[in-house]
Amino acid sequence: MNKPKLAIIPGANCAGCDYSLLDLGEKIIEVLMSVEVAYWPTAVDLKLEDLERLPDGSIDIVLFEGAVNNDETKEMAKLARRKAKNLIAFGACACFGGIPGLANFASKDGLLQKAYVKSLSTINQQGTVPCKLTRLDGEELTIPELLETVKSLNQVVDVDYYLPGCPPPLKLVDEVLTAALSGKLPPKGTVFGSMKSVCDECKHIREEKRITEIKRYHQSIPDPEKCLLEQGIICMGPATRGGCDAVCLTVNVPCRGCMGPTPESQDQGARMLSALSSVIGLEVETGMSDEEIRKIILQIKDPLGIFYRYSLPRSILRRVWGVRE
Amino acid sequence: MVESEEIRIGVYVCHCGLNIASVVDINKVIEEVSKVPNVVVAKEYQFMCSQPGQNMIIEDIKQRHLNRVVVAACSPRMHEPTFQKAVEEGGLNPYLFEMANIREHCSWVHEKEKDAATDKAIKLVNAAIAKARLLKPLNVEKVKVIPKALVIGGGIAGIRASLDIANAGFQVHLVETRPSIGGNMARLDKTFPTLDCSQCILTPLMVEVSRHPNIILRTYTDVVDISGSVGNFKVKLLKKPRYVDATKCTGCGVCVTKCPWTAPSEFELGLGKRKAIYFEFPQAVPLIPVIDPEHCMYFQKGTCRACERFCPTKAIDFNQKPEEVELEVGVIILATGYSLYDVAKTMPEYGYRKYKDVITGLELERLVSASGPTKGHIVRPSDGKEPKKVAIILCVGSRDEKHLRYCCRFGCVAGIKHAYYIVSYIPDAEVYICYRDIRTFGKGYEEFYERIRNYENVKFIRGSPMEILQDADGSLYFDVFDANTNRVVTLRPDLVVLETGVVPHTTFKELAKLLKCSIGPDGFALELHPKLRPTETSVDGVFLAGAVQGPKDIPDTVAQAGAAASSAIALMSKGYVETVPYVASINEDLCSGCGICQPLCAFDAISLVKKEDGKQVASVDISKCKGCGVCAAACPSGAAQQLGFSDDQILAMVRALTR
Amino acid sequence: MVENFEPNIVVFACNWCSYAGIDLAGTSRVQYPHNLKVIRVMCSGRINPVYILEALANGADGVLVTGCHPGDCHYISGNYKTRKRMLLLDKLLEQFGIEKGRVRLEWISAPEGERFANIAKEFVEQIKKLGPNRIAEKLKEEVEVV
Repeated sequence: MNKPKLAIIPGANCAGCDYSLLDLGEKIIEVLMSVEVAYWPTAVDLKLEDLERLPDGSIDIVLFEGAVNNDETKEMAKLARRKAKNLIAFGACACFGGIPGLANFASKDGLLQKAYVKSLSTINQQGTVPCKLTRLDGEELTIPELLETVKSLNQVVDVDYYLPGCPPPLKLVDEVLTAALSGKLPPKGTVFGSMKSVCDECKHIREEKRITEIKRYHQSIPDPEKCLLEQGIICMGPATRGGCDAVCLTVNVPCRGCMGPTPESQDQGARMLSALSSVIGLEVETGMSDEEIRKIILQIKDPLGIFYRYSLPRSILRRVWGVRE
Repeated sequence: MVESEEIRIGVYVCHCGLNIASVVDINKVIEEVSKVPNVVVAKEYQFMCSQPGQNMIIEDIKQRHLNRVVVAACSPRMHEPTFQKAVEEGGLNPYLFEMANIREHCSWVHEKEKDAATDKAIKLVNAAIAKARLLKPLNVEKVKVIPKALVIGGGIAGIRASLDIANAGFQVHLVETRPSIGGNMARLDKTFPTLDCSQCILTPLMVEVSRHPNIILRTYTDVVDISGSVGNFKVKLLKKPRYVDATKCTGCGVCVTKCPWTAPSEFELGLGKRKAIYFEFPQAVPLIPVIDPEHCMYFQKGTCRACERFCPTKAIDFNQKPEEVELEVGVIILATGYSLYDVAKTMPEYGYRKYKDVITGLELERLVSASGPTKGHIVRPSDGKEPKKVAIILCVGSRDEKHLRYCCRFGCVAGIKHAYYIVSYIPDAEVYICYRDIRTFGKGYEEFYERIRNYENVKFIRGSPMEILQDADGSLYFDVFDANTNRVVTLRPDLVVLETGVVPHTTFKELAKLLKCSIGPDGFALELHPKLRPTETSVDGVFLAGAVQGPKDIPDTVAQAGAAASSAIALMSKGYVETVPYVASINEDLCSGCGICQPLCAFDAISLVKKEDGKQVASVDISKCKGCGVCAAACPSGAAQQLGFSDDQILAMVRALTR
Repeated sequence: MVENFEPNIVVFACNWCSYAGIDLAGTSRVQYPHNLKVIRVMCSGRINPVYILEALANGADGVLVTGCHPGDCHYISGNYKTRKRMLLLDKLLEQFGIEKGRVRLEWISAPEGERFANIAKEFVEQIKKLGPNRIAEKLKEEVEVV
């Protein structure tokens, strides 16, 4: 019997997702024994041509890692789709843009300027920035060109399954691979993870959400027993899909939202914004002027950065629309 | 309803005579909406709200098997109930209906822009169709109301409310923390503006309460816990031990006469003394004494027992213990009244409690009362002499940003009445009323004011003293700038009467917490609407009577008590309450019990409950939910939804309007 | 200013004060621009910022959120939640690069029909000055797979 084929195809990724595979420990051997690896540049010496040569739809499981941010990763995404029987968006970036998606804070040009010209540690008097085509000594060199907007995998191709997380939680990686290898994949479109938010798995004790003051994480040592949000530390847990066993919380670090929005949330950031702004200053809101309440609310300095850290490209507005650098 | 059932929408566009049709091209609307998926019927009619119009809907539901209805006509605030009823008559759930407002929001406000108005009408109808597709049947549930009332507070408000409810044939538990009912009104000598004797009008009501077959009087009792909601409140009371067996006591008072120990009288505000076993005041109801263990020699040292020895009915019972009583009631009336603002602590500049001859208005009432500590003689507390010069200071603590921002609503007229007391009991006395504004809004108040203002020996000074000082000889004096004459006046009164501000009764805050009813910024109970629903609270079935809602004089208190009672009676005689259809609903498969929604609910309808698996989820008590949707909008996961205004329904409208 | 630009404005109105106020503009026949289309909710506290973002992403040129004046909420304090959400949403929209003034919060009470009409006129003028919201078009260009 032929072993099922597995390919792990990178987009705009950091290879952190690969590590999560290795975190399977000895189980990875079992996995690798039961599949034929068709492509996995991080671990296996197979070339892109090898992948391209395979018939379309012939790879049983394709894990696509990373966001889609330039014309190369876009091509990779399309290739992944062509070759895959089951295409799985693997990790936060593939699912909803993830950290590379924060590039949507700026325009393409603004981004290049910031990275190559204007950052404090850069000296680049000519203002040279990468461009698609460079002519040098009669040769033409091309590099991938950034897209104007970073995208999640499903904004470029049709996706069968989603496994969020940065990196994806071990338990879920195991679940996906087991399901895929045993041919028992759930209905198309399934997001691996909990139906509920992170709070469901969080051990911190919740009493009452009446928040008067927002504290930055470094400003205090939070009580490890109590809900961080109730202590004024912004924790994305309530608006973030569970399934990660609230690992960050077990070490008293607030949730950053890497598991993305919950199933019925249309927009992780807007949901969290509404939730948090509702419970801040609950005691004093009725007696306060607009100005006074604004001061309390604007203790949250960077709603876009905090609430959309992992999901900006998959949010309703997807990107920043004005010119920002 | 089966999920997969085909959606069949009927759309009805109303001409409203020419109100809509003269601006909006009805035919074009029909033509456009006919093309919309799921619309199986699109009709127009002159007056949809008329019987023939409604019959069209009813017939189509039956014959065309419609399962959603959209009417484009006037405001839903006008005719939504009409059409819902028609939809129900057709055999559908009445909430499978949506209205597009193309009159108030379209034809009437865009009279000159017919094309644009027609386009807008089409969009509005499309939005209604988009929502209608996603409508689900809703239910209104009936919750039974236990026909018993709890009235908390036995002042004039609680007394009046109890009597009204009892007279309507419902059982009332009247709970009072003090040993006797009567409240602050029992302390007053006379009531303004008519100057009738307070006791004379109050005590008959007190007696009526004690004799009423429908009233169970529970004095010397505290409310310790309240749970449940409208119709079914569970109340826990703590009956404090009187150490007197109420079933044996005849109220003869021998024990009191024989008791050798004394303590300052609470009722007399410390101006007089009472025994260690005492009646709160001579006309107390019930007329059963109480032993105050703090001052009783038996409790302190184990000796005496004089009361026990002399009691002819062996009613003294030193072994009485606090007793818990549990009640189930359908409605609750809060009538806890007011306490005086603590000016001794907060306004040291007036020297109350520092100088013996600075007293409050309420204390003056006791001095004037024939049954009071001085048997009705107005004397200075310091030396028992008759004061010849009395300063009455109004607005002490009231209308003051540093203290109480609100008006006490009776201080002015009370002060004027107090001036009357002084000059009628001590004809050669001089009275100075230091005021900021005189507010005499009540019936007969202005006339009363005018009468006293014309007294030669009552002088009005427009200004408040900065500080009351004492001379070396012990006499009091103060300067006050009189804004009427632009002069600083120095007064050396024998007696100073402070018309102090009022605050909610000390027991109120705890009670409000138990009941989860809202407190306003002034600390008083917050009514549901300041004008239209002044006796209702955020908690259904809990009503307000008297000064618990804000400072009030007696007429207003009694009027509100009656209103609270009639609201309570209305609920009990109906026998049930209906829940609102648009309640919040929690999808337990999605809810992680994060707790965001719970503190947001103004009606305490949300609680966090532990499921069998130990996981926490939010739970909505639909008998408390008012259907605002605040929780749903705050829900970070989308687990909380408002029925009839769910996210998918509203988003569908948004998309339809922006397509 | 874009020629012949007729903004599309979504209005959210609470049932008790604002919707009644907007109705009153109708019953008093106070004329105002047709650009505003109202979605009724029971309380302004029901309005999730998600709806506003969705409206903008779908090309609404303006969004007007209306509710009872502070202190007048039919549900005691729903509008205070609205106020707080809108304050933070303002900040978020600024970060998103949405022009200030496209989204607006106004307290409209039941008798303020004429005031609503004035706000409507002024808001339409303001949005006309801002020009059309192009997000929807641009998003469409971005979408390659639906």
